[in-house]
Amino acid sequence: MNWVKSALSELVALFVEDGSLAFAILVWLAFTGLVTTRFEGVRGWQGAILFAGLAIILIENTWRRARAGRAK
Amino acid sequence: MIADWLHAGPTMLASFLASLVECVEALTVVLAVGTVRGWRDALSGSFAALLTLLVIIAVLGPALTRIPLESVQLFVGALLLLFGMRWLRKAILRSAGIIARHDETEAFAKETADLRRLGDSRAGWDKVAFAASFKITMLEGIEVVFIVVAIGAGGAGLLVPASIGALVALVLVVALGILVHRPLATIPENTLKFMVGVLLSAFGTFWVGEGLGVDWPGEDWSILALIAAFLIVAWIAVALCRRSPTASAMTAPRT
Repeated sequence: MNWVKSALSELVALFVEDGSLAFAILVWLAFTGLVTTRFEGVRGWQGAILFAGLAIILIENTWRRARAGRAK
Repeated sequence: MIADWLHAGPTMLASFLASLVECVEALTVVLAVGTVRGWRDALSGSFAALLTLLVIIAVLGPALTRIPLESVQLFVGALLLLFGMRWLRKAILRSAGIIARHDETEAFAKETADLRRLGDSRAGWDKVAFAASFKITMLEGIEVVFIVVAIGAGGAGLLVPASIGALVALVLVVALGILVHRPLATIPENTLKFMVGVLLSAFGTFWVGEGLGVDWPGEDWSILALIAAFLIVAWIAVALCRRSPTASAMTAPRT
């Protein structure tokens, strides 16, 4: 069963390298989904909200990693 | 027609560039295996993996078409975002000098050294050569299949341009591999990964938005705007990472 475990971990590694990045993306998608279905007022801004969150997540994650340095 | 090319063009380009990176990485290992342990089992391993991948595509492809488009867009878009932003994050950190750049010549040297350490077994069937080639072709191939299926599943008729992009990349890399017979170190892999990360993140955002029922301003033209926006964000991230205290300390001359 080792090869199954190994294959599964390789598969997960395709999408998740930094757990906090993957988690933040999924949380943001869920939040955007909630906002777009519940609040009519944001119609027209949904795309911008979705992108802005992802942009902030990416910048914050890389900035945090840069501050942590080469050690990781 | 414009709308068709608007979808097909970036789809084909994203698929081609992403597949090019994956094929180059696989070629490096297959070349190392072939050089050290012989070509017969190295190529057999790669062909076996390619056949397995074809079976996966034959099973998964038709199954995907039966799922409602909105659900596919949401699910595939989310996976594409995770995949694309992982690539983009790594490319940003490499561009900023935070993590080391991928070097095919170095990877080839490491792989050949590892394979030599396992001893010579050219007589008979070489399990090590077969397994090493099978594993790398399968690993990189699954990434290519995912990219093609994910980009292609986002809209009607996109699977064909996505497949063409991947196929052209495969043929190009195999032809170059046969011709030069050494790792394709001159291909700017890190720059390609940067671009692919931008393209996949933009596609992922667009498909997720479509799945959530987002009204994209300009509809399909938003894909191009998202590509430009992610590119700008990535450049900002590189600049910020270069200015971070740790990065500055790493690049500062020692006195």
